[in-house]
Amino acid sequence: MARVYLDPITRIEGHLSLEIEVQNGRVIDAWSKGDMFRGFEKILRGRNPVDANQITQRICGVCPVSHGLASSKCLDAAFNIRPNKNGRLLRNLVLAANFLQSHIIHFYHLCALDYVDIKAILSYSGNDEKLVSVREWVKQEVKMKTGRYDAITAAAPFLPRYEGNDFYIKDKDLNFAAIAHYLQAFDMRMKAHKMVACFGGRAPHLIGLVPGGVTQVPTAAKVREFRKNLREVEKFVNEVYINDVIAVARAYRNYFTLGKFTNQLSFGGFEEDETLNKFALQRGAYLNGAVEQLDTALIKEQVRYSRYSSGSDLHPLRGDTEPNPRKGGAYTWLKAPRYKDQPMEVGALARVSVSYLSGNEAVKSEVNALLKIFNADITAVFSVLGRHAARAIEAKLLCRKMYGWLDGLDVDGAPRNSYEIPENGEGEGLAEAPRGALGHWIVVNGKKIANYQAVVPTTWFCGPRDDRGVRGPVEQALLGTPISDVNNPIEAARVVRSFDPCIACAVHVVEGDRRISSMKIV
Amino acid sequence: MAISRREFLKIMGGTTAAFAFPGVILQGCKKALERAAERTPVIWIQAQSCSGCSVSLLNAVDPDIATVVTQHISLNFHQTLMGGTGHRAISVIEDAVARGRNDYVLAVEGSIPTKDDNYCTLGMVHGHHVSAKKWVTDLARNAKAVIAIGSCAAFGGIPAAEIRATGDNPTGAKPVSDILGGLDKVINVPGCPPHPDWMVGTIMHLILKGMPELDEFRRPKMYFGKTVHEQCEHLAAYKRGIFAQKWGDPGCLYKLGCLGMDTGCDIPRRKWLGVNSCTGSGSGCIGCTEKPFPDYGKRGIYKHLTASLEDIQRIENIEIREAVLSLRNGGTING
Repeated sequence: MARVYLDPITRIEGHLSLEIEVQNGRVIDAWSKGDMFRGFEKILRGRNPVDANQITQRICGVCPVSHGLASSKCLDAAFNIRPNKNGRLLRNLVLAANFLQSHIIHFYHLCALDYVDIKAILSYSGNDEKLVSVREWVKQEVKMKTGRYDAITAAAPFLPRYEGNDFYIKDKDLNFAAIAHYLQAFDMRMKAHKMVACFGGRAPHLIGLVPGGVTQVPTAAKVREFRKNLREVEKFVNEVYINDVIAVARAYRNYFTLGKFTNQLSFGGFEEDETLNKFALQRGAYLNGAVEQLDTALIKEQVRYSRYSSGSDLHPLRGDTEPNPRKGGAYTWLKAPRYKDQPMEVGALARVSVSYLSGNEAVKSEVNALLKIFNADITAVFSVLGRHAARAIEAKLLCRKMYGWLDGLDVDGAPRNSYEIPENGEGEGLAEAPRGALGHWIVVNGKKIANYQAVVPTTWFCGPRDDRGVRGPVEQALLGTPISDVNNPIEAARVVRSFDPCIACAVHVVEGDRRISSMKIV
Repeated sequence: MAISRREFLKIMGGTTAAFAFPGVILQGCKKALERAAERTPVIWIQAQSCSGCSVSLLNAVDPDIATVVTQHISLNFHQTLMGGTGHRAISVIEDAVARGRNDYVLAVEGSIPTKDDNYCTLGMVHGHHVSAKKWVTDLARNAKAVIAIGSCAAFGGIPAAEIRATGDNPTGAKPVSDILGGLDKVINVPGCPPHPDWMVGTIMHLILKGMPELDEFRRPKMYFGKTVHEQCEHLAAYKRGIFAQKWGDPGCLYKLGCLGMDTGCDIPRRKWLGVNSCTGSGSGCIGCTEKPFPDYGKRGIYKHLTASLEDIQRIENIEIREAVLSLRNGGTING
């Protein structure tokens, strides 16, 4: 038996580490640990409510759009206004554009190095200018640094890495193509960010998200710029990204059976009309084989194993959370959120599976087409490869949707409805981040923030054991994972990365306030 | 000496004419770097960050990020990009400290918590978790220069913002310069996030031309020497007295709390991703490159703010003067 530490889990957002116990070549226990804490909600109290729109985006630099939108929706509700049509569409467009940048970066820049062999470039004999340049660089690095004081940094940041016989793709051409796509993906995710900046003012950390809509008037020039970049990114998604996911799935078929976890939760993404209740990707909870209607009152957060000294098993709005960095028995800064007392996965897989099981025809046709390739049924999606495929499918569907939203814009029309900050108010803002369901809650008192709460995606899946000792989704998904070499536990890293963790998000402070308990939880 | 974007491109071996021919720039740069013997190592540590600076870094256009990483520098350590995981990753910085390497530039993203080491740890060495504070202290000791990337590392930023009720901060978050006791090799590149040109340009300046000229806040003057207002798209509207009353209106954004007059930053000219800017998008400047961000005393972001009463009374436009005075007296901006 061996206790193995993966600290840090790199190529994710933020500070996550993993402790696993390995027996007879398999993971028999796992602890997922969030290693960083800042204290956002405490900082928000007493400030101008509109400041929340900017401050909460800094919870996460990878999914600021989702935090900005959850915050905007929260403020909309507290100020008793709604976005106009332009506002709704422009919010959808910047959010979808950031999904594209996030999914592309996740697959290529965060995960691909667990599968693709960068060293294969040394045998490249083609004449692609970029690949030749990478080959020459690796050659030079190795030649210059071998045996030298800085040998460990040869071809950094790609090396050193976990090494093992069957870790990386053997097929040379597949590796060459993947490396070329890794480079191309930098450009594509940047173009997706251009789309975000078109209507959001900048990226990351959008300047233009405000209550009632956005600040950027959709001029013909901006719409044109957005559409131009969308066409390029869509081409990449449909012709490169999806095929690369399929290629990795072919090479690592056993990952359809690894990283299994089935409970799924989606808050619903991309409002399709002014009721704000109809979504492009459905809302719901998938539990015990059926999709149930979402009821956010059933969310509770537990802290027995989290570094907080305060009460447990409370709705986020009622929670009272005091950090205790030295709490005995606690091993993480993440809480353990539960829905109907169950650990839940959130993210692209949750959105896609809930949409599929809710009868979303566009989602069904894409998912079924991929399942057919692998001669698999829907249960195969609850896996490492299912998560990667769900992101690619979602990217493809969102590209298609975005043209419709662009066409629906009233060009040069007002991008928002205006507001007056009320003396008092309350609001809930539900949104989807690339990595899953996100909720913000606000109470305004005397035109200032009296309380602010956020329950974020990664807390759901990277959270620790709950009060009953039931493991979190990532901890459960790791059980049974084969580990071929405890000194190079790449298999565990692949499982964790498939969830797309974002720890800055997950470790905010839920600095609860008992006064808030009178608020009606919708 | 201060360099403009045009001069920066010159440093990169090109001219503005070469802008359209990245290959030429690349070639020129390669030559410049060959003269510099080899690629300068950069060790990039994330402490209390949101990774927004790193994401912004990936938005670099000229040169793009792949070129920076494979041609211009040797990125020894960067949590978000590196191939290694766990001890394979940590071994790189552990080795740098153990050998007393002194060949690298240290970049730090995020503030440093000081109330307890457990507020931010990174990796294990000899079975013990190592705090971000220890890594930064140990790695800074022999670094050629330390670049505090983004407003959190440069000035504390949002993690160091005060709790309004107590005036305290949850984790005792501090800027890098505080942790290092004001080392004269620290350069601040603030911004929430910083523009990729500011990050890449500062690193390239260090490598090719040495320390850039800094202002009193240790920011490179070439990027932060002029205010947003001086370079603003709405400067003409301001001069004609056209002011937006609500977000989405045309005109100068001053009445909506724009901090462009108080903020050193070249975004209105440089643009985010070449397509938009904070002021150009009709939102206004939130002063994220300045030290008081996001607290601005007790006032917060969306209010006007740092000017003295005397200064405000000197504002000629009556509408503006009254708007600013009402904000100072606790009024709110309705957008």
